[in-house]
Amino acid sequence: MSVDHGRRKFLWESAALAGIAIAPGITLYDLAHGRAPEAAASTAVRWGLLVDMNQCESGCNACVTACDTENGLGGGKRATDSQWIRKIELKDMRGRVRSLPMMCQHCAHPPCVDVCPTGASFKRADGIVLVDRHTCIGCRYCMMACPYGARSFVHEPVTNQKPDVPRGKGCVESCTLCVHRIDHDRIPACVEACTTAGRKALLFGDLNDPRSEISQRLAAVATTQVRADLRLDTAVRYHGL
Amino acid sequence: MRASPTPSSPRRFWAFVVAGLAVVLAGLAAAHFMEEHGHIVTGMNNQVVWGMPHVFAIFLIVAASGVLNVASIGSVFKQVAYKPRARFSALLCLALLAGGLAVLMLDLGRPERVIVAMTHYNFTSVFAWNMFLYSGMAAIVVVYLWTLMERRMGVWSPHAGTAAFAWRIILTSGTGSIFAFLVARQAYGAAILVPLFLAMSFAWGLAMFLVAESLLYRWHGIEVPVAIRRRMQNLLALFVIAVLFFVLIHHLTNIYFAKAIPFERFILMDGGVYPQLFWWGYVVAGSVAPLILIWRGAASATRGTLAAPLLVVAGAFSLLYVFIIGGQAYPLELFPGFETTSSFGDGQVRSYAPSLPEVALGFGGLGIAFLIAHIGAHAFDFLPRDDVSPAPGAD
Repeated sequence: MSVDHGRRKFLWESAALAGIAIAPGITLYDLAHGRAPEAAASTAVRWGLLVDMNQCESGCNACVTACDTENGLGGGKRATDSQWIRKIELKDMRGRVRSLPMMCQHCAHPPCVDVCPTGASFKRADGIVLVDRHTCIGCRYCMMACPYGARSFVHEPVTNQKPDVPRGKGCVESCTLCVHRIDHDRIPACVEACTTAGRKALLFGDLNDPRSEISQRLAAVATTQVRADLRLDTAVRYHGL
Repeated sequence: MRASPTPSSPRRFWAFVVAGLAVVLAGLAAAHFMEEHGHIVTGMNNQVVWGMPHVFAIFLIVAASGVLNVASIGSVFKQVAYKPRARFSALLCLALLAGGLAVLMLDLGRPERVIVAMTHYNFTSVFAWNMFLYSGMAAIVVVYLWTLMERRMGVWSPHAGTAAFAWRIILTSGTGSIFAFLVARQAYGAAILVPLFLAMSFAWGLAMFLVAESLLYRWHGIEVPVAIRRRMQNLLALFVIAVLFFVLIHHLTNIYFAKAIPFERFILMDGGVYPQLFWWGYVVAGSVAPLILIWRGAASATRGTLAAPLLVVAGAFSLLYVFIIGGQAYPLELFPGFETTSSFGDGQVRSYAPSLPEVALGFGGLGIAFLIAHIGAHAFDFLPRDDVSPAPGAD
């Protein structure tokens, strides 16, 4: 039986062409989707936020509302209510007012993690600082240690909890960077809301990836860490402060 | 005239047990109420996260280590006058420690998870170190007490006393480090807080011992010999001066740093209740007044024995209120040079008003300490017998 070299060549070339066409797509898919659901968070990634204060409008609370809705927070503003993100108005000596969102800064060296007696406050491999609700005893030492006032203590029984965001009376909580969304390849709710509101003051991405938009912006513009004197290496950076 | 103490009447003993139990039960009811409703029923909030329970708990724990000094002066520093007081001193140490830890534990957001605190340790946490220090302290003092009470073990008592003395120094250093290691707030994060806490424990522990001893003697119709009274009151004066010295240095160094001046102005001058408590509560009533009483001899007079140590205790509560709550009431400085406002109280002095449940919980801790000391002193007959003299007017 004679070999049809023409047909074989056609098949090989078709396969090679298909490979060339599909491979970048697969690579991009891998990059976009980060990691498989069953894989642990990796130190190869460090999630962060860049706040562009020139785009952040005083009086706009889109990020705060989105955070409350996403995480099942009541949205109350009493001193005992949980506020995972808040807008701070800054007035300088000339009377100029600016606005910025303040939340957990997801420090590389978080004081809350250092002081937690049970290890309930912990930093995930990808830099997200979280509270394990099963081992938090509610001592509030982390709240004493946080320089940003970023943590809240649940002072009352909670109702209408979101399945992805367990909360509980007597535990401490704070911004999770919407870890439940990040693990499903979605951006944090505050970032999405800011973009939807047309501000684009919040940029989310991987600080470890030099090709990411956030890394390129950080390389291009001057940014500030709040309480930089403490050298906590925050994952939230501010431009225009 | 009687040369030996008369036992306290059973009626009076039980009356004090019932009174102590009532205070403890009120504290437990308050803790239950707080657990049922959450900390919303306290004055604490997301800005002032530690309140009255912590003032009581830290006072009791600091005084617990200090009260053992009476035993240490006898066993470690070989002062004969203090030796008969060693057992009562060790009992008071256990009592105050138990009261302080109970308050601390019952104030937790999740007190039922105390088992988690005992099984999960983060060794970078000063709190985690303290869990070992507190439990170790209790264990060492129990052993020490055993060597003091069991004649066959007496040979070991100097060693146990030395170990207890060393442990208590480390324990108080650990308590001071809870605040010394906090970088976030202007009020804390200073190494001098460790020797300050040591000095505080010396003064407050001795004050609590003098209060307890004075009451114990009165109930037995006797009084402490005037020479010993004068000697211990003079020692109290020395410790009160030591606390004043470290408080002064702490504030002076802060005032020298320009960045800390606004905080010092707040806590010492225009911060409302905090400067008032600092100057009138701690400096005048809690330090200067007892020093005058002691130096003028009034404190060692029969009717004045309680005044000076009680004033020192009142000053201790004032100082701790200013230190713990005033330190949190002053806003975090996130953006120096800017006026800041937010829905979370940024840039504003934080308000705090203690509520009844948390004050009741604090007194519950004092009640626990009182009950342990009262029943323990009665059951084991801890009254020093070698130096008793009858109270004036006793037949």
